[in-house]
Amino acid sequence: MGLASTTKVVAAETPARSVPAKPQTAGDYNPPQEAQPLVNSGKVGGDFMVDCLKSLNIDYVASTPGSTFRGLQESIINYGMNSKPEFITTIHEEASVAMAHGYAKIAGKPMATMVHGVVGLQHSSMAIYNCFCDQAPAIVMAGNVGNGTQRRPGVEWAHSAHDQGIIVRDYVKWDDQANNLQDFAEGLVRAYDLATTTPMGPVMVVIDADQQEEVIEPGRKLFIPKLHQRTQPVADPGALAEAARLLVAAENPVIVSGRYTRTENGPKHLVQLAEALQAPVVDERNRMNMPSRHPLNHTERGGAMMRQADVVLALEPMDLYGTLNNVDDLIGRPSKPKIQPGTKVIVIGTTDLNIKPNMGEYERYQAADIGIAGDAENSLPWLIQAIEKEMTPARKSVAMARGQKLKAAGAKFLQAADTQAAMGWDASPISTARISAEVWNQIRNEDWTMASEVNFLSNWPYRLWSMEKHYHSMGGSTGGGVGYNAPAALGAALANKEHGRITVALNGDGDLMMSPGVLWTAAHHRIPILYIVHNNRAWHQEYMHVQRMAERNQRGIDRAWIGTTIRDPYLDFATLAKSMGVYSQGPIDHPADVGPAIQRAIAVVKRGEPALIDIVSQPR
Amino acid sequence: MITRVLSYTAVGLLISAIASSVAFAQDTPRGNAADGKKLFETIGCFECHGYAGQGGGAGPKLIDPPAYPAFIVQLRTPRNVMPPFTAKVLTDQQAADIYAYISTFPEPPDPKTIPLLQN
Repeated sequence: MGLASTTKVVAAETPARSVPAKPQTAGDYNPPQEAQPLVNSGKVGGDFMVDCLKSLNIDYVASTPGSTFRGLQESIINYGMNSKPEFITTIHEEASVAMAHGYAKIAGKPMATMVHGVVGLQHSSMAIYNCFCDQAPAIVMAGNVGNGTQRRPGVEWAHSAHDQGIIVRDYVKWDDQANNLQDFAEGLVRAYDLATTTPMGPVMVVIDADQQEEVIEPGRKLFIPKLHQRTQPVADPGALAEAARLLVAAENPVIVSGRYTRTENGPKHLVQLAEALQAPVVDERNRMNMPSRHPLNHTERGGAMMRQADVVLALEPMDLYGTLNNVDDLIGRPSKPKIQPGTKVIVIGTTDLNIKPNMGEYERYQAADIGIAGDAENSLPWLIQAIEKEMTPARKSVAMARGQKLKAAGAKFLQAADTQAAMGWDASPISTARISAEVWNQIRNEDWTMASEVNFLSNWPYRLWSMEKHYHSMGGSTGGGVGYNAPAALGAALANKEHGRITVALNGDGDLMMSPGVLWTAAHHRIPILYIVHNNRAWHQEYMHVQRMAERNQRGIDRAWIGTTIRDPYLDFATLAKSMGVYSQGPIDHPADVGPAIQRAIAVVKRGEPALIDIVSQPR
Repeated sequence: MITRVLSYTAVGLLISAIASSVAFAQDTPRGNAADGKKLFETIGCFECHGYAGQGGGAGPKLIDPPAYPAFIVQLRTPRNVMPPFTAKVLTDQQAADIYAYISTFPEPPDPKTIPLLQN
């Protein structure tokens, strides 16, 4: 085809421009003025969105208010009568999502959050990332005024986007920006389905302002898809049988539990597995996995257990490479395996089934000898069955002998923990062992949850407390975004409220200062929780990092406190809490005062209110 | 620095009793415990070992420390991941002062005498 004919075809398809376009004026954009209704009658889009949330049995929506979701907020409080879901007011969107993170791990189901278009979503993005890293479900609904011709000039443009999902797409399981209400209903149900199927994770759906505020004309056909709750994926029976053969034949099998427990079955089945094999469990404590005082819980001897293992079974490991290898924080970062050459490694889990390319939360690649895709908690009964089938009297005898040795070693270890806890018992700043023992003394006869990370307290609660039930602990943020603990613990407390369960958070000072507004939320909503502030007056992890650099560079080793400490002035958490209506005591720096203070605070918590104790503590 | 000091009455008494210098053995240099305390709380020892030398998740206990030769070897050329304190940043005298100080840490109570550890 020649040039001339091509030109002709194009010309034929192009609108004629024989006369210059009429200059555009403001009048061209203004349709004829018509009387606009001043009020709505009947149901609006936000009401339908509430119906969708109710259909999913969402109990709470945590939110800092924002105009891009004013329609849905009004529908929640008036159409839905602020019940299932109830609006939980937060002071920061990061706290909203972190609350959802902690709530899900205790309630066993997600709650929702609403965040303001663009700005609120960006505020919440850190907590969404923690959820993603920790594989915790959360429903994040972000407001938006999608239709540019409907936006008010100014800030409404800054709070809207063509594609909000791109802000968090690297670390949500799925996101959706619906075109209409029916599209929204289907998107929300799909989002819930995906969020709660292992590997779980946060999801983000856009709630368009026009859709929230539009009138649903009588006769318009809208429906909410029914959620058919999925079962979680179970491992392949053949692979489980192969794993059982290896485990039964092993001389020193070791079980490693990571993000394993989801329900009350978690600890129960793990104990059954460990006892069937008489194998030690090394608990990575990403969830409440192995009862802390079970004779086969050898977490504190983890290094020795791994060195002597001939078969390692890892259940939902967060980082298999790190489970099997050490990388020392020395020049050159030398690495060395924790296990002997020839040790067989079996993995059951779903962690690797939802990785994204950008953030490195998926950790270094590490192959297993038998890699089994499947939810470990759901798969364990089948593995136990396969082990029982494989077990012979001779192998059982070997296992029992192994178990006796482990039991004796475990008892010695518990004794050693007490000896170590006694060191610095009367010191001020107060030792983290003393704090942990004092808390345990007050809650051990109650129903309770320890809802915070305690690695910065040298893990003393795991060593001194008897943790058995699946809600006794819940792991940490995994993403390491500081500011997780205080709101996540409050979310856990919200889930515990209906059970009358005491929630305790041993909360770092730096963490609490990231979102101190959670104290107001706790007071406002009468959420019972005990915050014990581990006030070591520093970002101590960073203090040690800078110290290491100074020593490595052989200079200024007395200057690592610069930029890493929280002093001059010291923080007064008791006054901070009091200003937000929370019962508080402290700062406490005498160890003998800790027990009575906790006793008084527990009485407040039992009345259904939050309480805070500020304890001046040892670094770790 | 964190100026809150240990309330270990026993530590204070011991430091006073030891006066300004100690000599633990022939191969242990004289150190000043009071100077050692200042160093302990400013150059990072407390970060991993605790103000009371109780140890924890980041480092072992210093109560009842090893003999000085083993101490100085660990300080200068540490095993594991402890950062080295070379002579360029910490003199031998200062190391001896720190050793004098950590040697004053009292023995912990018997855990069997602590009711809270019987739970």
